[in-house]
Amino acid sequence: MQDITIRLSGNAGQGLESSGAGFVLAAARSGLHVLGMPDYRSRVRGGNNFFQVRLGNSPVQSQPRQINILLALTADAVEMHAHDIMDGGFVLAPAEVGIDESFLRPRNIALIQPPLVDLAKQHGDKMMANTGALAVLAALIGFPLQAIQDVIARNFARKGAEAVATNQAVAAAAHDMVREDAARFPWKLSMPAEPRPRMAISGNHALALGAMAGGCRFMSAYPMTPATTIMEWLSSVPPEFGMVVKHTEDEIAAACMAIGASYAGARAMTATSGGGFCLMVESLGLAGMTEVPVVIVDAQRGGPSTGLPTRTEQGDLLFAVHAGHGEFPRIVIAPRTHEECFELGWRAFNLAERYQCPVIVLTDMLLAGSIATIDPVDFGAVSIDRGRTIEPGDHPAGNGFRRFEFADDGISPRAFPGDPEAVFPSSTDEHDETGHITEDAANRVRMMQKRMRKLETAANEARPPELYGPEDAEITLVAWGSSYGPCREAVDMLNAEGRAAANLVSFTDIWPLSPATEEILRGRRIIAVEGNYSSQLAQLLRMHTGIAVQGSINRYDGRAFSPEAIADHVREGQYAAV
Amino acid sequence: MPPSDVSLDLFECEAENTWCPGCGDFAILRGLKLALVEAGIRPHEALLVSGIGCGSKLPDYMTINGFMTLHGRPLAIATGAKLANPKLHVFVVNGDGDSYGIGGNHFVHTCRRNPDLTHIVENNQIYGLTKGQYSPTSDRGFITTTSPDGSIEAAFNPIAIALAAHATFVARSFSGDPKHLAKMIVAGMNHRGYALIDVLQPCVTYNKINTYDWYRERIYRLEEEGHDTSDHDAAAARAQEWGDRIPIGIFFQTEAEHAYEEDVRALAAGSPVESAVRLHRNPQPEQYETLRQRFL
Repeated sequence: MQDITIRLSGNAGQGLESSGAGFVLAAARSGLHVLGMPDYRSRVRGGNNFFQVRLGNSPVQSQPRQINILLALTADAVEMHAHDIMDGGFVLAPAEVGIDESFLRPRNIALIQPPLVDLAKQHGDKMMANTGALAVLAALIGFPLQAIQDVIARNFARKGAEAVATNQAVAAAAHDMVREDAARFPWKLSMPAEPRPRMAISGNHALALGAMAGGCRFMSAYPMTPATTIMEWLSSVPPEFGMVVKHTEDEIAAACMAIGASYAGARAMTATSGGGFCLMVESLGLAGMTEVPVVIVDAQRGGPSTGLPTRTEQGDLLFAVHAGHGEFPRIVIAPRTHEECFELGWRAFNLAERYQCPVIVLTDMLLAGSIATIDPVDFGAVSIDRGRTIEPGDHPAGNGFRRFEFADDGISPRAFPGDPEAVFPSSTDEHDETGHITEDAANRVRMMQKRMRKLETAANEARPPELYGPEDAEITLVAWGSSYGPCREAVDMLNAEGRAAANLVSFTDIWPLSPATEEILRGRRIIAVEGNYSSQLAQLLRMHTGIAVQGSINRYDGRAFSPEAIADHVREGQYAAV
Repeated sequence: MPPSDVSLDLFECEAENTWCPGCGDFAILRGLKLALVEAGIRPHEALLVSGIGCGSKLPDYMTINGFMTLHGRPLAIATGAKLANPKLHVFVVNGDGDSYGIGGNHFVHTCRRNPDLTHIVENNQIYGLTKGQYSPTSDRGFITTTSPDGSIEAAFNPIAIALAAHATFVARSFSGDPKHLAKMIVAGMNHRGYALIDVLQPCVTYNKINTYDWYRERIYRLEEEGHDTSDHDAAAARAQEWGDRIPIGIFFQTEAEHAYEEDVRALAAGSPVESAVRLHRNPQPEQYETLRQRFL
C-alpha cells in the first residue's frame, strides 16, 4: 500500500481540526509522510466540516479523489461523504452515533462502530471520544499506539497530568477495542523502524518561521482568513525574539505600518487575503515610488469580494502583478509547497531589500491551512541579503548622499533615519536624486527609467520555471502555487502508463519572469492548470513571451485539484479554451 | 538647556517653497523648527511624516528625515516607524482633510493606541491643493465649489473626538501666533504618548471666512482662564466652544497611561531596526531551535 486517505468529519466545534492536527503529528512522528487539509465553512459552530489526512510511505503532495476511511462523528457526515469513499472502503463511527446504513448498503463499504462515546464517558468526559477515534484509526492502518500517546502527552500537557492520563487511557482502551477490525483491515502502511524526524507544519506557520529566520521582526496585519494564523503564530513567539506584531484597525494601516517600519530600517511584513490586499493597493504605490521594501503575503481565497471565505482559489495573480496605478517595479513569488513557504518566507525579504520594492507572496488556502510533513528546516541555510543598504554606523564619510541616485542597475543606496550622514526627504511625489519634489520633465524620465531598471535587474536574477518529468512529453502542464502538487502526481500517473505522456513546468518566481521562460516553454504543447476561471498565468505568459497555451484545466469551486481529475482531463483531451 | 550646536540653521533647506504668500503653513514650519531647536533635537534624530496636501509638503522645505506619504495615512506609517525604532522623535504633520477626513479611522485609533507621536494638524477648514472644496472641519453653511449652497454637514470637532477616543494630550494652537505654536509643539514633544496639536491655520487663497482677523477676534488662551488640564470633563466642555469664543492651549493632558511602545514586551529585546542589523551581521540560526521544536 502506497498511501491511505482518511476523512475526519463532524460538526464545527467538535474539535476536528485540533484532532486532525494531532493525528498528523502522530503520523509524522511515526515516520510517515502526511498532508492534512482542513475543509470548513465560514461559521464558528455547527454545519459539517472535515479534516482530510493523506498518509504515505513516500511524499504526498495532494488530496486524492477518493478516500479509504471516513471517520463520522455525526450521522449526516455519512450521507455527505459516502460518495467519496472508495469501493472496499470503511466508515468508522462511534456506536452512539446513529448511522443510516442505507447510504452504505448499495456500495461495498464496511462499517466499524466501537462504543467510543461510552468509553470516553467511563473515563470522565465524552469529548475524549475524538481521542479514542484517533487511536482506532492508528490501530486500523497499523501505526503504533505509542505515537498517539506521545502526542497526547505533548498536546494535553498544559491541561495537567490528569488530562494526559485519562486521554491516554481512552486511547489505549480504544486501540485495544478494535483489535479484530484492525486484523481484517486491508490497508497497512509500513512503519519505518527508525522514523526520521519530520516537521508537521502548515504553510502559514512555515512562512512565518521563514520570515523570522530571515530577520523579520515587524509584522502588522488585520485578521482575514486564511492568512490570520501567520499573525497569530508570530504573536505567540516569546518576547525575547523581539518580534513586534501589531494588530491594526484595517488593512490600510497594516500595510502602512509595515512600510513605516521598513522605511525606518526593519525587515517588515504584512499578511492578508485578496480582500485585504485590495485595501493595501495604494500603499503598494507608496512603497514602489519611495522605494521602500515591504513583504505582503496574499493567502488567496475564493473571490471576488467576500467570495468563498474559507476556501481556496488562485484568482489574484494578475491582480498582484498589476495592482496599483502608474508603473513601478514589484516582485511576485508563489510557493508551490510547504518547504517553499519556509524558503520564500525569508527569501522575500532579500528580494524586497535587494530591489527596494514591494514583494508579494501569493499563497492560497490550501497551502496556508494544510499541514504537511517536511524535512526539518535548516536555519543555517538561510541567508540575509540587505542589498545596497547602509546600516547605521556604516555610512561612508562625507556629504552628498543621494538616496535616489541614478544607478546603472536602478538600485540606489538606502539609509535610515538616525544616520547623521544621510538626512533626506522621501516623497510619493516625483523627486530628484536627493529626494526633493520636482516636476522637471528630464528628471522624471531619468527617475522612471531608474526605477523600472530594477525590474530588468530582478528578472535577470529571477528563478526560471522548473521542468519535472521527461524532457520530451506529449503534453506540458503549466502550474504555479498549490496546483503544483496535484500536477506533479498527475504527471507520474500519466507516465506510469508506459509512455512520455506529460511533463510539468512550474513557476515560483512569477513576476518579473525569468528571461529563460520563453526558451523553456517554446515548442511545447502546453496546458495550463490553474485554480481560477481565466488561466491567469497563461495570460501573463502570452503577454510577455508570446507563447500561447493550447488549453486549460481550471477549478474555481473553492476545492483542491485531485491528480486523478487532472490526469483524466489529459487522457480525454478535455480542456477549456484560453 | 538645549545643546548649543542645535540652531535653526541646521533645519534650513534650499528647496523651492510652493506655498501661497501669507499661507499659515509658513508659521507652522517655523514653529516646528523653533520647537526642535528648543528641544535640542538634530535633523537626523527626528522623523517627520506627512500625508498629501499643501501642508504635507512641509518636510520638503526643511532639512530633516521627511517622509511624504499617502493622503490620510501618515499616522499609520509613523506608528510603524516608531515601533521599529522607538529612539526616533517622530512627528506627523498633515492637513484637516488628511487627518480627519480620509485618515479619520487612523486618527481615532491612534488616539486610543497612544504611541509616542507628536501630531500637528494644519487645520484650515478647506481643501487648498485641490482648489477650494469644503473639508471635514468646515462650518455648516460654508460656501465652496462642492457646497455652493453652503455646507449642510456639521463640522468635525477634532478636540472633542480626540478626548472621547482617550487621547492623552489634546491641544489647539493658532498659526498667527508662532510662539504659542512652538510652545504647544514642545509640550507635545515632551508628552509621553500621542499628542494632538490642532493648529488653526488660515488659507489666504480659498478660505475668505476663517481669516487671521476672524481668529484674532475670537481666540482666547485656556491657561489665562484657569483651565485645569487634568480635568477631562472640563476639557470636554471647552472642546464644545466655537464661534464667538475659540479656546487655544492644552485642553487635556495625562501621563497616567503608558505610551503604546512602552508596553510592547518584544521591544525590550531590541528594536526591529536593531534586530535587522544584528541578524544581518550574525544570523544566529540556533536561536530558532525552540520554535522548530513546536512542529516536531
